[in-house]
Amino acid sequence: MTSVSLLIFIAVCALATFATRLVPFIALARQTDHPLTLHLGRYLPPAVMAILVIYALREFRPLAEGQLNAGADGWPMIVASLVVVTLHLWRRHALLSIVGGTAAYMTMVQLGWTP
Amino acid sequence: MGNRRAWHEALVTTLPVLFGYLPLGAAFGILAIEVGVPVWGALLMSLVIYAGAGQFLAVALLGAGAGLAEVAVATLMLNSRHLFYGLSLLKRFDGAGWRKPYLIFALTDETYSLLTSQATLPRQDHDQALRISLLNQAWWVLGSLAGAVAGASLTFDSRGIEFALTALFLVLTLEQARRLRRGLPFVIALVSGLAALFLLPERHLLLGAIGAACLLLLAHYRWCTPPRESRP
Repeated sequence: MTSVSLLIFIAVCALATFATRLVPFIALARQTDHPLTLHLGRYLPPAVMAILVIYALREFRPLAEGQLNAGADGWPMIVASLVVVTLHLWRRHALLSIVGGTAAYMTMVQLGWTP
Repeated sequence: MGNRRAWHEALVTTLPVLFGYLPLGAAFGILAIEVGVPVWGALLMSLVIYAGAGQFLAVALLGAGAGLAEVAVATLMLNSRHLFYGLSLLKRFDGAGWRKPYLIFALTDETYSLLTSQATLPRQDHDQALRISLLNQAWWVLGSLAGAVAGASLTFDSRGIEFALTALFLVLTLEQARRLRRGLPFVIALVSGLAALFLLPERHLLLGAIGAACLLLLAHYRWCTPPRESRP
């Protein structure tokens, strides 16, 4: 692949990606204060956040195909998530909860721990 | 923009993203070099495309020798969940002026999450939004550069560090729940998330779930809210 064709390739990807981010701002430029816009602005972010959590934990399917069948990282993922939630409800310090949970996860994954 | 305190605050806010973006960016860099993309190409992709899954897809398509039209369609499909992000940020980015184009360009899942979390940011602080967006992209670019240059010779055992992003989403969900004190968006997320998980193939999961959540919110607005909302 030549440098020019690589540049064109990258430009196409960049434009397509930017387009998906830009379209709502162009199409709805005059609807900023519409009650529906405010409704979505209020409720969509928390919904998206929760969906991102579900998506991130999707590997954990203990009962898929009718048997105990969690992926290798499934249980550590759940345990580490519980660590995050517990730490956060207890101290409410975002960084502490994240570092604590990630450290727990890395330890379990690197030592190969599964229940 | 040259406010040291504010930069420091932004740095702390984006630390979890740093933990996630460095290893993921490095993984992208390594993959890009393996497929035959030069270092400058990998760097340029992280600078001008700046989309995690999107860049992995791009590299895969490059490796497969896909045509440009195919690349454009695949990228549009993969990133179309960003449409919904914009929808809920119309008000938030209103009045951001010269910062707005970059704020829109840099709207990844993680940046969206940080910017929409009230706990970390006053509502209309556009400078701080810009700092957070810039730092997040800096972590991504640094990670991909490290991966592209050092490649497979990176020896630090960082397996599992990407969990930082999951932890970030968990913490932000808790913060959103605490601020909102309404079950509605979480019930909607659970329903559409689980439905997508069972009904859709992996690659359409996220778009399907977020699209469904948006539709449910529209339905809720149409049929369940009074014509003039009295809530602030």
